[in-house]
Amino acid sequence: MPSDIFACFFFFRHGILSPQHFEPGAFTVLADYGYVGILLVAAILFTILLLLIPLTLSLLGVVPRKSNPVKTSTYECGLETIGKTWVQFNFRYYLFAILFVALDVLTIFLYPWAVNLRGLGLFGFIAMVAFFIILLVGYVYAWRKGALEWK
Amino acid sequence: MVFDIAFFVLAVIIVGAALAVVILKDVFRAALSLVMLFFTIAGIYITLHADFLAVVQVLVYVGAISILIIVAIMLTHDARQGSTSGKLRIPAIIVGLLLLGMLVFTVVTTKWQLNNTPPLEPTTAAIGMKLFGEGGFLLPVEISAILLLAAVLGAIVLIREK
Repeated sequence: MPSDIFACFFFFRHGILSPQHFEPGAFTVLADYGYVGILLVAAILFTILLLLIPLTLSLLGVVPRKSNPVKTSTYECGLETIGKTWVQFNFRYYLFAILFVALDVLTIFLYPWAVNLRGLGLFGFIAMVAFFIILLVGYVYAWRKGALEWK
Repeated sequence: MVFDIAFFVLAVIIVGAALAVVILKDVFRAALSLVMLFFTIAGIYITLHADFLAVVQVLVYVGAISILIIVAIMLTHDARQGSTSGKLRIPAIIVGLLLLGMLVFTVVTTKWQLNNTPPLEPTTAAIGMKLFGEGGFLLPVEISAILLLAAVLGAIVLIREK
């Protein structure tokens, strides 16, 4: 998908494609997300290129392949782990995760409100304040019950 | 044309990621490919001109639900081996194929109504006006706040009960 959008964007900029090639309203979305596509393509190409450089160099024999335990060991990142690296995390983290999800759902309502803050005016502001007060009850409850404290 | 190509590229990634979720032995890797699946579905929403839905998909599914799943995996004692017994494998395959058949049958046989009017965009501002504007859907919005409140309170009560 990203490369298609990029190609489409490119053709459009150079006059090869005109908006009549698309159904109405189709191109604005493509142009907007074309930039996201360009970034994705650049990121993927960058990663592949960085992986290919050392591989080709070692295939050409420019880079020597002399492996030894000291060379392949982890360094500068602390001690090597003994036993399993899988750690069971504290159960209390789950409460924070769940509260985060609830807060994240709140942003769904905040986002369209914030986009046309001016257009909605005082009415929308009061509506949002009411929305917030209702949700705040839950967080006050969590605070009063000590759910946010680490014991 | 462009949308068709975009759709099929995204569809291939979605099906691949979904298969990886089911097939991969490592639960953590399965969770990560689920994140990939969520992210690609946001791309499908973009091709359908639903930009607000795409943002919500990234915010809630890629941002929050995946965090919840990954935290749940990290809380377990040793979940990295995955499910050991495959007793329900064959019933699961049968039920999955039945569901797929039902969905494909419905998609193919339903007479979908096509609308020729161009899609509204960007959709976010229009949705905001409808949700919070006068004469809009303000009451359902406030009721959904109560629903969220119930979810928060329920989560606290459930987790603190031991």
